[in-house]
Amino acid sequence: MPLNKSLKKIMVIGSGPIVIGQAAEFDYAGTQACRALKEEGLSVVLVNSNPATIMTDSAMADSVYLEPLNTDVLKRIILKEKPDSILSTLGGQTGLTLSMELAREGFLKEHGVTLLGADPETIDKAEDRQLFKDTMEAIGEPVIPSSVTETVQGALSFAKECGYPVIVRPAFTLGGSGGGIASDEKELEEIAENGLRQSPITQILVEKCIAGWKEIEFEVIRDGAGNCITVCSMENFDPVGIHTGDSIVIAPAVTLADREYQMLRSAALNIINAMGIEGGCNCQFALNPESFEYAVIEVNPRVSRSSALASKATGYPIARVAAKIAIGYRLDEIKNEITGKTRACFEPALDYVVVKFPKWPFDKFVYAKRKLGTQMKATGEVMAIGQNFEQALLKAVRGAELSLDSLSMPEMEEKSDQELTDKILAEDDERIFALYEALRRGVSVETLHSMTMVDEWFLYKLKNICRIEEKLKTSSLDHELLLEAKKYGFPDSAIRRLCGKEEIPHIPASYKMVDTCGAEFEAETPYFYAAYDKEDEASSFIDTHRSKKPVVIVLGSGPIRIGQGIEFDYACVHCVWSLKKAGCEVVIINNNPETVSTDFNTADRLYFEPLTPDDVMDVIRIEKPMGVVTAFGGQTAIRLASFLTQKGVPLLGTCADSIDAAEDRGRFEALLEKLNIKRPSGDTATNTQEALCIARRLGYPVLMRPSYVLGGQNMIIAFSDDDIREYMKIILSHEKNNLVLIDKYLMGTELEVDAICDGKDVLIPGIMEHIERAGVHSGDSIAVYPAWNLTREQTDRIVSCSRLLALSLHTKGLINIQYVIHQGELYVIEVNPRASRTVPYISKVTGIPMVDLATRIMLGESLSQMGFLPGLFPAPGYYAVKVPVFSFEKLSGLDTQLGPEMKSTGEVLGIARDRKEALFKGLVSAGYTMAKKGGVLITVRDSDKAEIDSIASKYAELGFSLYATKGTARILRQLGLSVTAINKMAEEGENTKTMLESGKIQYIISTSAKGRTPARDSVKIRRIAVEHGIPCLTSLDTADALADILSQDYHLNNVELVDICRLSSKARV
Amino acid sequence: MDEKVYLVLENGEYMEGIPFGAPLKEDVDAEMVFTTAMTGYLEMLTDPSYYGQMVIQTFPLAGNYGMIPSDFESREIHLSALICREWCQNPSNFRSAGTLDFFLKRQNIPGICGVDTRSLTKQIRQYGTMNARLTRKAPPYSDRERKEIQSFRIQNAVSASTCSKVTRYEPCEASKNSSSSLYWDEKFHVAVWDFGAKQNIVRELLKRGCVVTEVPAFADAEEILSLSPDGILLSNGPGDPKENTEIIRQLKKLVSCSIPTFGICLGHQLLALSQGGETEKLKYGHRGANQPVKDLETGQIYMTSQNHGYAVKSASLPENAQVNFLNLNDLTCEGISYTHIPAFSVQFHPEACAGPKDTEFLFDRFLKLMHDNRQKQKEETVCL
Repeated sequence: MPLNKSLKKIMVIGSGPIVIGQAAEFDYAGTQACRALKEEGLSVVLVNSNPATIMTDSAMADSVYLEPLNTDVLKRIILKEKPDSILSTLGGQTGLTLSMELAREGFLKEHGVTLLGADPETIDKAEDRQLFKDTMEAIGEPVIPSSVTETVQGALSFAKECGYPVIVRPAFTLGGSGGGIASDEKELEEIAENGLRQSPITQILVEKCIAGWKEIEFEVIRDGAGNCITVCSMENFDPVGIHTGDSIVIAPAVTLADREYQMLRSAALNIINAMGIEGGCNCQFALNPESFEYAVIEVNPRVSRSSALASKATGYPIARVAAKIAIGYRLDEIKNEITGKTRACFEPALDYVVVKFPKWPFDKFVYAKRKLGTQMKATGEVMAIGQNFEQALLKAVRGAELSLDSLSMPEMEEKSDQELTDKILAEDDERIFALYEALRRGVSVETLHSMTMVDEWFLYKLKNICRIEEKLKTSSLDHELLLEAKKYGFPDSAIRRLCGKEEIPHIPASYKMVDTCGAEFEAETPYFYAAYDKEDEASSFIDTHRSKKPVVIVLGSGPIRIGQGIEFDYACVHCVWSLKKAGCEVVIINNNPETVSTDFNTADRLYFEPLTPDDVMDVIRIEKPMGVVTAFGGQTAIRLASFLTQKGVPLLGTCADSIDAAEDRGRFEALLEKLNIKRPSGDTATNTQEALCIARRLGYPVLMRPSYVLGGQNMIIAFSDDDIREYMKIILSHEKNNLVLIDKYLMGTELEVDAICDGKDVLIPGIMEHIERAGVHSGDSIAVYPAWNLTREQTDRIVSCSRLLALSLHTKGLINIQYVIHQGELYVIEVNPRASRTVPYISKVTGIPMVDLATRIMLGESLSQMGFLPGLFPAPGYYAVKVPVFSFEKLSGLDTQLGPEMKSTGEVLGIARDRKEALFKGLVSAGYTMAKKGGVLITVRDSDKAEIDSIASKYAELGFSLYATKGTARILRQLGLSVTAINKMAEEGENTKTMLESGKIQYIISTSAKGRTPARDSVKIRRIAVEHGIPCLTSLDTADALADILSQDYHLNNVELVDICRLSSKARV
Repeated sequence: MDEKVYLVLENGEYMEGIPFGAPLKEDVDAEMVFTTAMTGYLEMLTDPSYYGQMVIQTFPLAGNYGMIPSDFESREIHLSALICREWCQNPSNFRSAGTLDFFLKRQNIPGICGVDTRSLTKQIRQYGTMNARLTRKAPPYSDRERKEIQSFRIQNAVSASTCSKVTRYEPCEASKNSSSSLYWDEKFHVAVWDFGAKQNIVRELLKRGCVVTEVPAFADAEEILSLSPDGILLSNGPGDPKENTEIIRQLKKLVSCSIPTFGICLGHQLLALSQGGETEKLKYGHRGANQPVKDLETGQIYMTSQNHGYAVKSASLPENAQVNFLNLNDLTCEGISYTHIPAFSVQFHPEACAGPKDTEFLFDRFLKLMHDNRQKQKEETVCL
């Protein structure tokens, strides 16, 4: 069954903005799929609202729509583009759900569009709880005793029958949001209610809790002819009870004898056959650790996060193969790209092990609940490859950027035995470190196993790490011990610390190839990981593939986290492509399995390694590059710049000294003074007393942050001495030697500029203006391109300041500058001589290939040579509005009030000729339902009360009923607005909580002077809003802009649909 | 602890490693092969087909789930030595009764760990299957020693692996209800001609309600016919198939009696040889649990468990033998169906253990063949 010849034009639906549970893996999958389709000569129409992705690049598809992912919009695009088919299984849950809606409505059939990948019946079998259960029972696959219900009462009576604890899983939600484990009636009542609310079809599954069983996953692929294979098995370190996205995972499964392994493998094949899936599928099983009893937990009939992991772990490109199957190919007709000799119809054999370690946002969200459960909380993950579990785990941990180079976490060492026990039982993100500390204190594996049900196999491996650590501390370091430590994953830094030596001999890593077949066949894959054998396969690969081209290493951006998302992977991938085009041999080092950059055919060679000094230097030793690029990998890569410079490694682009000049406060201030550019006044503090003095001197409010910032990590606006004290306590407990920067907080319009500098000329692709005034982190602000409020003089001033800054920092490539206009004056807030979050979106809208230009500048070209004039690039006649997207429903306890600390996990773009239309599209894409009637609840802090009147009147004029807390209500009444006063949450009668639960409220405007702590009323109100899916506006500017848009007559059937492939062609000068 | 052992290859290369399992009292010479299966080391160790070989496990962690006697494919370990990167000192599985090391010690089989198994595997891939010696003697090694290693040949493999006497097995009636077999009640009697059979072949037959008589390799055609079997299963086994000249002769006689016959692995090769086909030694064989084979009649592809160094040459087959399974990696013959006799055979292991169970249905096909044959005989009797 070769390519289905009736297919000519295929629509691919992406997964939208990055949220917890649906991250970069779908950019990777979508990109692979688009490529797989295009190389068959098929025309591809892509729809995805996420501008930070590679898949939405104009080169990836024939038409690209950065439009809201909504059936109305999709229908219009289908009518316009007339695709003959639609690929549903590569855009995560979002893409799948939308495709199914279109199919169910009969729209696809009506317009002759074939659904590829999965049909609605298949999807229902996997996603509808009852149908799933029935399907499994029909084929003899056991499921956990469970009951589907639409009511809390139904949940309670089932639990009474099967006994507590029970797990609640809402139907059709992402990453299991809204679920949980209930151990008694009271808990169940609460969880069931929440779950029903979160489920779009008000349905939950209540099931018997099998927490503690082993959790095993299989990635399966099936073609249209019924041929099935399993690509990879995976075993969770954390037993059933913790979401697999939050579990440490090893591939392949290690504690299963062949009998159990084949039992589950056969079950997986049985399931995919019964469901009739054509493409990829993920099967999750629970296995009783003391018997052969098992149960199917979940089946994902599509490419998933686990399939991205399985692809990177084995080298088998699941998304690509799934796309080929969707268009008609059989597994034996698809080539195994890795060996180039065999077919895609085989099961990969690994001769290494892989460990995945999640990346959680709790370092930023100190008040969010850390406890892990059935609801995923990780924003990203790292993967590491090793020849033993210990090595892979230690690589993963140091690559997760937790400021750890081993499993010893200082906070654990300080705990008493009881505290440590409590920590282990708390089942949070730090459990593995607590377990490690307990083993170090001599607690037995058996005890820890019975406390956590973590398999003894894993615990003994942790104990082995303890053993080596102890040996390093107590024995003299000879070559044998050093080699043992290296083979089990200890980096030099940890060895030096443990054996108390400043200098140790360095044993360089040798590299092994990932080849899908355990060396059975010759492979040409340039995909390597570090080991400590004599034979180095990377060197011999380089020797046999020697070209005369210069080698350049691009450092990736590590795990996706808040503040450093997929946009940096976008930049890295573009840099790789440009370097290739410029005739370089390109090497990438990265450890994020979800990304396009770690696809084995993105660069010429891929090293799947942590981005630490040691690990990177070992690769450099082998590759001997002409230069290393650190500018595109976010803070992860930039942080290595000065180290590499010290080691004499040439950096391409802006030098380490310039980066330091922009980050070091003293140097930066001196520079600004010289250039006569203003910045908010401020100072540096090392302790609480100093901080208080500075703040009082500057006058409140002040902005506080650690000296090296990432995504506004630990950044706040302090309004009082108390805020300073609270903040200093938090920051000093995290990083003891960190300087804290304290600046006068200036309220005003925030602007952002991305510029490209060749050392002589500066090109400014665009100036963005934020809807929210300064104080809300730029990543959380709605950013409008081009800026619309600037006077000619202000624009000129921004252009000239940006030029001066770029030139005097000797920028070679990209630079991002943030400004605020306060009382008509321009101030610089921050300068980053590197790729920024906004690069992908500005590139797409202006058509300026920003990363490409920056890369070519690094190689010596100039802007004029490349045909670009200096100065501000003329706006293309379109407005592009970036709207942030949050994952608040996944992070309980987290205050949703926006501030200087970034909280969003992703973003969407709205493009239109009209600014308001673009904003409308952006807001819809971000999930706003844009309700035009109902109620608005207003509760604002005193400092906002002066401004609330005009906004409240706008909502009143639109016909909304106004509700407000007493203080706010009084103000509004004084202004003659009709408003219903609502009691505080603790008070009887109609209060804020009952109001939000009543369904009468469509929007809530909530600001408070203080936030953060979950105990505060204001925070509670905002959490309730999240739980009820009520848009909560925590900045008056957002509320104001929303009111303006609501007053317009935009809806999804009248907005313009913009194909950015048509937009960008005219941008070139 | 500091003791070292060495693995010396016939091409002159050697590797230092750490001994485990039984102490190495004298040098062990064997044919060195590798398996890419990631689970199933117990089945591998106890698979008689590995007789005379030392096996490299390419998956780096061996012995993760310890020793589980109920997973054994025969009573003892048949291979000569185990080569791995690391063995697990603290295995974890609810059925585990000890470590891999303990098992090897008890069976008096040496092992070597701490070696770069990938590098060894690549050498085999490049030079083909080689002999090697496991020794305590440190390098250098003389030409004479190399020649000794080169001269090693697996000999009398089948006679060393087969059972010593005829054994009869009855199916367990209690498992009738859980059996999916359509022919349970027909109580077929199958003679398993044991050339070094894996126990799961017998279990698969019993599971389907067959009565099984295991017959030693040295039995002749008359002896087997005297059991009046409904079918004959030619088992797997070690060594070069062509060496078994007497078995091939007896087999020729046996199949001419039109008794349904099913050959697996060595059995498949012997059947082909008996019908005029030829076998050849593969460069480095197929050993693992991920070998894709295609059923040429249906186009369906299956993942199979394999362990063989020789293959039937497709081109050598007579007209009445048709290749019906093909290896997708190297397009070698994986199965034959015969048109003049009620017989078929496969190169891979439908009984799995270790490996995928995708082709278990071949046992059902064998039962169907016996059923059809019985019907035919009945009809013939009626006609007479």
